[in-house]
Amino acid sequence: MNVALLIGLLLAAGLVAWGSERFHRSLPNWVALVSFLVATIWIVFVWLNGPSEGGLYGSQSYEWIPRFGISLTLRVDGLSLMLIGLTTLLGAVAVVSSWTETQTRQGFFQFNILWVMAGVVGVFSAFDLFLFFFFWEVMLIPMYFLIAIWGHEDKSYASMKFFLFTQISGLLMLVAIVALVWVHYDVHGIITFDYDTLLETELDSSVARLLMLGFFIAFITKLPSVPVHTWLPDAHTQAPTAGSVILAGILLKTGAYGLIRFVITLFPDASQEFWVYGMSLGVISILYGGYMAYSQSDFKRLVAYSSIAHMGFVLVGVYSFNDLGIQGAIVTMIAHGFSTAALFMMAGALQERLHTREMSKMGGLWVRAPRMGAVTMVFVIASVGMPGLGNFIGEFLVLLGAFQKNVLLTVLAALGIVVAAVYGLSLMQRSFQGTPNPDVPEMKDFAFREMSVMVVLMVGLVWVGIYPQHVLGMTDAILPLLGVVP
Amino acid sequence: MNTQTTLLVSLPYIVLAGGLLVVMLGICIRRTHFVAWSLTMVTLLATLASHLLGYEVLGGGISVTMLFHIDGVSYLFNALFVLAAICTAVIAYQYVDEKLRFREEFYLLLLAATFGSLMLPAATHFISLLLGLEIVSISLYAMVAYPERVRGPLEAGLKYMILSVASTSSILFGMALIYAASGSMEFAQLTPVSGSAEGDVFYLIGHVFFWSGIAFKLSLVPFHIWTPDVYQGAPSIVTGFIATVSKGGAFVVVMRYVMESDVFSSEAITQAIFLIAAVSMIVGNLLALQQRNLKRLLAYSSIAHMGYLIIALFLVATQPSIGFETAIVYLAGYFVMTLAAFGVITVISQGSDSELANIDDIQGLLWRRPIPAATLVVSALSLAGIPLTMGFIAKFYLFAAGIEGEMWTLVGLLVLGSAIGIFYYLRIIFAMTAKPEGELDSVERGSWTGIGAVAVLGVATLALGIYPTPLVDLVQNLVRVSGF
Repeated sequence: MNVALLIGLLLAAGLVAWGSERFHRSLPNWVALVSFLVATIWIVFVWLNGPSEGGLYGSQSYEWIPRFGISLTLRVDGLSLMLIGLTTLLGAVAVVSSWTETQTRQGFFQFNILWVMAGVVGVFSAFDLFLFFFFWEVMLIPMYFLIAIWGHEDKSYASMKFFLFTQISGLLMLVAIVALVWVHYDVHGIITFDYDTLLETELDSSVARLLMLGFFIAFITKLPSVPVHTWLPDAHTQAPTAGSVILAGILLKTGAYGLIRFVITLFPDASQEFWVYGMSLGVISILYGGYMAYSQSDFKRLVAYSSIAHMGFVLVGVYSFNDLGIQGAIVTMIAHGFSTAALFMMAGALQERLHTREMSKMGGLWVRAPRMGAVTMVFVIASVGMPGLGNFIGEFLVLLGAFQKNVLLTVLAALGIVVAAVYGLSLMQRSFQGTPNPDVPEMKDFAFREMSVMVVLMVGLVWVGIYPQHVLGMTDAILPLLGVVP
Repeated sequence: MNTQTTLLVSLPYIVLAGGLLVVMLGICIRRTHFVAWSLTMVTLLATLASHLLGYEVLGGGISVTMLFHIDGVSYLFNALFVLAAICTAVIAYQYVDEKLRFREEFYLLLLAATFGSLMLPAATHFISLLLGLEIVSISLYAMVAYPERVRGPLEAGLKYMILSVASTSSILFGMALIYAASGSMEFAQLTPVSGSAEGDVFYLIGHVFFWSGIAFKLSLVPFHIWTPDVYQGAPSIVTGFIATVSKGGAFVVVMRYVMESDVFSSEAITQAIFLIAAVSMIVGNLLALQQRNLKRLLAYSSIAHMGYLIIALFLVATQPSIGFETAIVYLAGYFVMTLAAFGVITVISQGSDSELANIDDIQGLLWRRPIPAATLVVSALSLAGIPLTMGFIAKFYLFAAGIEGEMWTLVGLLVLGSAIGIFYYLRIIFAMTAKPEGELDSVERGSWTGIGAVAVLGVATLALGIYPTPLVDLVQNLVRVSGF
């Protein structure tokens, strides 16, 4: 498949959506929805057709800045294809979820959504480090606008914090990238940002450790992991629904993807040495995220903190350095994309109806809106880690992999599942169950538009949960590159 | 080398000087704003075109007397300065027409300042350095204070003049001491006569004075005090010209000086410049955080940007080709985004009594005046160094240069400075995206020349950010041809 074309399609659709605003108010929504659906169907076809020899689904390379050996090298392997598919699907979900929420400047809103997604697709397929960094930053600016323009009451602070964290850590990564290129240049005499060529750079262990840290910090900021997670609760809470869905569903995954694709492969030895720190940060994130989630009274903030906990599992899986752990991390990424996107949509739907996110002002909502209640229940138990749904497979594999590496850390991580049950059920209880709050106004239940999206996400979760082999099969090819023998 | 070649390579200077005279005579015959403006534009365009003629015989560079060495790099800078002057003239037309009493002479001053700036990239001698700097500065005193009945510009002009004259005296005194130590005024022969302790002392003290003056022109800390006041007081379009051509010119001549005189072989001088660069990055960014006036904010941010640029200056001493390439690309980017920012302030201030440069004045601008506001968004993102914009390519070059020269401290400060910078650049953008108060009128007002010019600058910032290869190749070629 031609990824450049896909990125071009999303960028062009963004411009069209912006321009179509003047003809009809809801035209931009349709433009965005149709382009995401077309992209998703395209990817499904590519997936069904299977990879060409070499395990690639697509590969392009164009010259860009020859002075520095920078080219537009885009390549899609199984991991990339899966994440790109998740991106376009959740793009459609995001558009539907904010169909009625944004009242102002629909065109520019959809433009930003389409451009974030174009940047994300680029991140998942770039095989040139400069290009990767370029897309890494490109997805940042539209996201900033989404929070800064359409966010809730504290949007100025939240958007600034989000931008600063990502940008500063990104600059560290840029320094590491350029330094890596220069080390390569000193030895081989060619300046190039090409991923394959840079893989062969021989590094002193001390240099490798420093450069690895540059990448690592950028990626765990995006992931996010304790101690650089503080932007996340603010950004997620203040963002409009579509923004939260994209942030939690997709943008966090770029951090995990970066760890797998770049940190481990470019600096194998330094990463291996680093496992205990990586895994410990993961465990701390799981426990801290769970603890903080339980203490929230804001529906959306609770879901945001639970994301930190789930991403902790990804970090633990990646740094267990075996096939179970890494594949578990990838399954967790996909499943978390589905379940958290749904929960953020729910938070957005509640806010639209009740004009509050405070759970103390909810209670007994199941009576008023049984469909919403049932849907929330499904995604909450998915998030808790109920067998049969995707998150369980992911977390179980992660724990299985981590157990081979270190028992103590695995036991602590497993405690996180207990904590998840506590905050998950308390979320359910405080909002949808209990005595109905008399102050709650009449509210509409989910209609066809919302239900259809929720059903798609549920099917995704069940699919990953019951037959994870599809996901696992897609990622088998990458394991040898990571120095892990399946 | 024969006379004809010499004349051909000097053609840009001759054309510009001739055009200056024509504009002057034109004003004597009949005062018409439009004619004076048109003649100015024709002169500038002809100057730009004459570079192509001269380039054919230029080869690897030609020395014209002992004062100038004209080569591809100096031509490139010339083109940059002339383009900046053209943008300034285009955007200024409406402003001059609306606000000024004596309109025509404004362009005379603009041409004179441009003429001075063209001397700087080619200067290889203290005399030509001084000549160029002073022609630029003296024209600018008058341009800053040109709206002679308004308090702000007058005050700014006076401040600028007094301090600038002081800094020139400092440069002159420094030159005298260096001359006393080395017995020459040519950049290439400035090393002190060996074996004389007295000579070394004179050389060092001379450089203290010289660099103090230069740091003033570049507004580096601690010689930056004039910058915010002058930036704020001067008409925006003039501020844009100061920020780009005047500073760019001063920086270019210093680069040539560093390359030819080998001044950075002295540890003490290197340390001092290093310190100035580091402090400028930090202080400039920190003070910019406090500002609520866009022009003051840009003034402090320019201090930081000049600090970043010193990284290229250090590299000029060791690897001139990469140093010059970095500096040219950075300055080209800086010119485009800075002119765009000040151009936008000029354009949106049309029709109002005072300049709309406060952060409150641009609330919701994106919805009221989409084209200038979008340009300002692009310009702010570019100044912050975000990809998709020229500013990122420029900053990327600095990263590469800093890592190549192993200047880890300065690279670290560059990261830190960029991080602080995001705060205040984003505040500009945030203000513009805010919901406008009252009725929406999203109709573009004002002259289309001004709006068109800033839009072109905005598009250029994006285009060069997405596909910088033509610029990069051009710069790399010319640097190589010039034999650095």
